[in-house]
Amino acid sequence: MTIRLSRTATGAALSMLVAVALVCATLARAAEPSQITITKFTFAPKEITVAPGTKVVWTNKDETPHTVASNDKSFASKGLDTGDTYEHTFDREGDFAYICTVHPFMTGVVHVHK
Amino acid sequence: MSTRDRDRPENRITRRQALACLAQWSGAAVVWTVSGGVPHALGATRGDEMLKSAGGDALTFVQISDTHIGFKKDANPDVAGSLRRAMADINALPTKPAFVVHTGDVSHLSKPEEFGHAKELLQELRVDRVHTIPGEHDTIDDGTTGYLRYFDHDGNGKSWYSFNQAGVHFVGLNNVENFKAKTLAALGDEQLAWLKKDLSSVSHSTPVIVLAHIPLWTIWEPWGWGTADSAEAIALLRPYGSVTVLNGHIHQVLQKVEGSVSLHTAMSLAYPLPTPGQAGIGEPGPVTVASAELGKLLGTRQVSVVRGRHELALVDTPLDRA
Repeated sequence: MTIRLSRTATGAALSMLVAVALVCATLARAAEPSQITITKFTFAPKEITVAPGTKVVWTNKDETPHTVASNDKSFASKGLDTGDTYEHTFDREGDFAYICTVHPFMTGVVHVHK
Repeated sequence: MSTRDRDRPENRITRRQALACLAQWSGAAVVWTVSGGVPHALGATRGDEMLKSAGGDALTFVQISDTHIGFKKDANPDVAGSLRRAMADINALPTKPAFVVHTGDVSHLSKPEEFGHAKELLQELRVDRVHTIPGEHDTIDDGTTGYLRYFDHDGNGKSWYSFNQAGVHFVGLNNVENFKAKTLAALGDEQLAWLKKDLSSVSHSTPVIVLAHIPLWTIWEPWGWGTADSAEAIALLRPYGSVTVLNGHIHQVLQKVEGSVSLHTAMSLAYPLPTPGQAGIGEPGPVTVASAELGKLLGTRQVSVVRGRHELALVDTPLDRA
């Protein structure tokens, strides 16, 4: 009886540890922002895949202003001059296509899934 | 040179060659024409001759474009200075223009202080009125709201408008906002419906001059150098005997003639851009040239409408002519 309890307790403790480790790993991954560079009228990389909760940072390296605006209107930046950044944290899963509204031929996608 | 000959790569005139040619005509303004999308200098005096033969029976105005007030990068650290030089040229014209049109990208970042500075600078023009239309740089954060606080043509909160002067019907359009096709900007259904209604009261013998920032024909789609629904606008204009479309956006002179409709892009007053799809460049960003070269690539356009003639006299004049 005692041994069995102890085993259950050990199992529960192990499960907790694993769960905590997983949460930590997820948090660590989420805490690391993903970087997208806007250069030569393109989003680089054009497509990225991130876990839910990830912050994505866009930096405009062009001499021309650009914006970042999702097709589903869930996020949109102001005009970004040279060196300006825009960040957005993706909380829910999905594929988020976006454009530069100043130059709508510039397109990108952020894929968000676990 | 026949049209077919001109289309051969070896016979195409590059922008560099055309500019070299232009530089040789010291002090001369140039009338351009195009075959198959390639600019082709016709000669230095045709516009002047048309004007001389017109006597006092012509309406003359000046087009400026793409001033990008607020731009401070290497390609032109002093855009306000470039605009001032252009305005001094315009104020010194022997025939005082009736007005000046600005075909968009008044500002660089749509900031209120940029619009305010531009408006203040433009007051140095000794003309009765400056008619502006928005470029995509004027509508970055809040559409035309910020732009219209400074440049509301009729005071009715619309960025498109029309007016009549000296027997000519002028239409100003906004083709920088609607993204129907995702890759190209568009006029949009509301504006096209307005254009149709506006033109319905204009007789087909009235010369029509259309102002639109982005070219109303597709010059280079990968760079967004075209308007998604331009064909619908051109179809409304086709019944008219004389239609001239004045565009900006691409910071260089190009021309296309389609029956009675001729379309012309203008030089910028801020910085040069590459030629359409120029090899080795890859994107339509500012091109930095030697400071002595910049004034040869920036300039203004004088436009004259001569009564009884379908063709307008267009004279493109760079800031530096020597």
